[in-house]
Amino acid sequence: MSSMVDSYARALVDIAAAEGNLAQVESELYRVARAFESNEQLRSTLTDETMPIERRQGVVEQLLSGKASNTTTQIVSFIVGNGRGSDLPAIIDAIVNRAASVDNKQVAIVRTAVALSDEQERRLKDALVAKTGKQINLKVVIDPSVLGGIVATVGDTVIDGSVRTRLDQLKSRL
Amino acid sequence: MNYVVALLSAEDPSQSISWILPEQAEYVYGGLASIIIFGLLYKFAGPPIKKALAGRTERIQKELDSSADARKTAEEEASRIRSALGDISAERARILADADAQAAALLTEGRTRIEAEMRDLQTKAEADIIAAASRSSDELRAEIARLSSVAAERVVASALDENTKQGLIEDFISKVGAS
Repeated sequence: MSSMVDSYARALVDIAAAEGNLAQVESELYRVARAFESNEQLRSTLTDETMPIERRQGVVEQLLSGKASNTTTQIVSFIVGNGRGSDLPAIIDAIVNRAASVDNKQVAIVRTAVALSDEQERRLKDALVAKTGKQINLKVVIDPSVLGGIVATVGDTVIDGSVRTRLDQLKSRL
Repeated sequence: MNYVVALLSAEDPSQSISWILPEQAEYVYGGLASIIIFGLLYKFAGPPIKKALAGRTERIQKELDSSADARKTAEEEASRIRSALGDISAERARILADADAQAAALLTEGRTRIEAEMRDLQTKAEADIIAAASRSSDELRAEIARLSSVAAERVVASALDENTKQGLIEDFISKVGAS
């Protein structure tokens, strides 16, 4: 499973790099993966084995047309067309990590309840670089369950300043 | 009758002087005749009479012996029956004593068993009560904790306006940058 995901990631990163828009593609793919995870209808449609592959690919192209680059659309369609729809988030995460490593960067997944401004993303990225000593590829995920604050995951390090975690800690103490 | 009257009325003093006593000759042949008769009787009738008397005596003796035997047998039977009755009474007493002993043992055993079961039931009931109380207490605590966390989450969520959320984000960025 892991080797399959890595194989897909390696091949698709090479394709995006050859196209010269790796940063854009991995950013778009990351948003697609998060949408796939949060949207039950999209997830069930793209993993429905009874639906013809062409139709599932048509759904992908219809959803991403005009909203993502052709490379991104083709990569997602390729993954779905190979019957790997259920592995889409894992493959895309592997692509993002591999793309970051190509640039000698570390992916930092930041979960917040509200969107960050560009200025906040920049300052947060600088803060994470200063803290980890690594170049950071910042990925922001809007997650209302966080309630407030931020949860930043850089590799194996989790920096948790969320209200959700404090509430969970309070619940455990209760 | 006429002859008797005629005899009595005859007056012949030469014939006899006593109306009652016989003549002397009659004493002789009358005596002889009597002796002969008694001798014959003794000779011929005596033995059968003696034999009959002896047989009768023997029969009576036999009857007496038989009666004595019967009485003895009856007394023995009576003694045996009395003895048997005595044995039956003793057996009855023994059986009753055994029954009483068994009943007493059963009663004692039953009481002991019931007391043990009652103690077990009481212990189990007390344990169940303690467990139920503990369980209820745990469930109550868990429910209180759940409700408290839900209430806290709602209070926090309602208190988290946009400014507060931005403040938390800024606070996080500052802390990460400062560390």
